[in-house]
Amino acid sequence: MTPMIDMTFQLIAFFMVLINFTQSEQNEKVQLPDSELAKPPEVPLEFPITLHLTQEGRVIIGGQETGLEGLSPYLVKEKQVLQLKGQSISDATIVIRAHKAAATGKVQELIKVCQENSFEKFALRAKEYVKGN
Amino acid sequence: MKVRRNAGASEDKGVEIQMTPMIDIVFQLLIFFIMTFKIVSMEGDFNIRMPLAAPREGLPDDEQIPPMKVRLQAQANGDLASIKLNEKSFGTMEELRGYIMQLIGTERGPGSIQDTAEVELDCDYNLNYENVINVITAVSGYVDRDDNIVKLVEKIKFSPPRKPA
Repeated sequence: MTPMIDMTFQLIAFFMVLINFTQSEQNEKVQLPDSELAKPPEVPLEFPITLHLTQEGRVIIGGQETGLEGLSPYLVKEKQVLQLKGQSISDATIVIRAHKAAATGKVQELIKVCQENSFEKFALRAKEYVKGN
Repeated sequence: MKVRRNAGASEDKGVEIQMTPMIDIVFQLLIFFIMTFKIVSMEGDFNIRMPLAAPREGLPDDEQIPPMKVRLQAQANGDLASIKLNEKSFGTMEELRGYIMQLIGTERGPGSIQDTAEVELDCDYNLNYENVINVITAVSGYVDRDDNIVKLVEKIKFSPPRKPA
């Protein structure tokens, strides 16, 4: 019995340490392009707003899927949240997680919609390229 | 007065740990962690500078050199057809990176070419986004032999979007 309990606790400890609850910013519809320079930032972004762009050009924000034309109301809500927290729009960073096969024109249109809503800072997210893959 | 001891036989055995409920809980925990376990690959960001549509008033900064325009043309299926920078064509990302390294030189720090240089990406509408990230990777730096990132151009922006073909 004792060795079995030892092993079971080892396994629990292993999975507990590796568990990652911060997966809310990911979406299974989006496969990021990879880049050798995409290293996790040392300092987290101050106020990130994550937008997923699927291969078909649909945008996912906060779990809600919409077309590019229906994105503005969501951005207005984000602006209101920023104002409630006493921050300005220039503090926010729009993190774009676009599918690797999405059309670049769609990404540019997405940036344009955000610009029309006064957002200025953008970050294009990529997956870290691991040698051998 | 004599105090009678409770059935004395049970005291001699000591405290017995109930293993069955403990193992039940331990297995519950184990199953929970196994089910929620997912290998997450690391992700990083490329910052891009996209000023608002209305330019700020005032004279342009004298030290600001015009951006290097990288033109990316796409095939009908979205694959990369050609890369051009200053009317010079490049076949691979390595050639583009080599050219950028020549332009930037080795000088670093405030006021250096590396600090002020800017790249503007002019892409076809249907170009696969993966190619854009590859070009941004090529112009923004490389990993040297010691696994350190050497930065090249840090200011990157997009041209206004082209109309779909």
